[in-house]
Amino acid sequence: MEGVPLAWYLILSAVLFTLGVAGFLFRRNLITIFMSIELMLNAVNLSFITFSYKLKQVDGHIFAFFVMVVAAAEAAVGLAIILTVFKNRSSLAVDDVNSMKY
Amino acid sequence: MDVTLFLIFALSAVACGVNVVVQRHPITSAISLIGVMGSLAALYLLLGGEFIAAAQVVVYAGAIMVLFVFVIMLLNAGSETKGGRSWPVRLLGIPLLVLLLGILSFIIQHFAPKTEKVSFGAFTSGGPRDIGKLLFTEYLLPFELTSVLILIAIMGAVVLARKEID
Repeated sequence: MEGVPLAWYLILSAVLFTLGVAGFLFRRNLITIFMSIELMLNAVNLSFITFSYKLKQVDGHIFAFFVMVVAAAEAAVGLAIILTVFKNRSSLAVDDVNSMKY
Repeated sequence: MDVTLFLIFALSAVACGVNVVVQRHPITSAISLIGVMGSLAALYLLLGGEFIAAAQVVVYAGAIMVLFVFVIMLLNAGSETKGGRSWPVRLLGIPLLVLLLGILSFIIQHFAPKTEKVSFGAFTSGGPRDIGKLLFTEYLLPFELTSVLILIAIMGAVVLARKEID
């Protein structure tokens, strides 16, 4: 029963991170941008767990757990901010949130 | 067997990830993101992280994504209109992303040990007992600080989303 090379997990993490970057930079909907941030956080979690396997320590799992906790807190506050933006502008397009532009 | 399981969940994670980025309506992106988190939970199980896999399903897919779906349905967010992006973005966007992926993959290939293989069942310290042992001794301070962080996040969300009583 042969195993999977460790690099494959890390490359999967890199692919998911790049997809998150693509969604963050190219999409114009606030909620989709926020979901791309969550995708990037998940990719980094996979990287943590992979290295925890490699180093035979459980510290990576604990760091991934803290990342999850911080992501939960950030999701709560970020969605509250998105709700406020929608209440004031009636639009979720990030191009419309431009009152601080020149 | 390990390779088959890894490929199934990895391909489903990448397919759902592409779907998150590509879909027009945010609710479809949210459902695809739940698919990504489910596939990642299965991959964590393959890497021996039983606690983290359960936490991923319960916290990430079961709480955070449900919050996202609530907000999307509350705001009745429609499909995204075709925004006009400037031509440098259109021209350089995808090649620069491929370059980023290439650089990351090169670094990974360079530094990852060639003979290390992940087999299911080789890592046994991912259960709650081992995580608890470390969480409450060595990482006690971050643990207590995250409780303060969650309190602050709750207060912030309540303040930001409340209705003004005029």
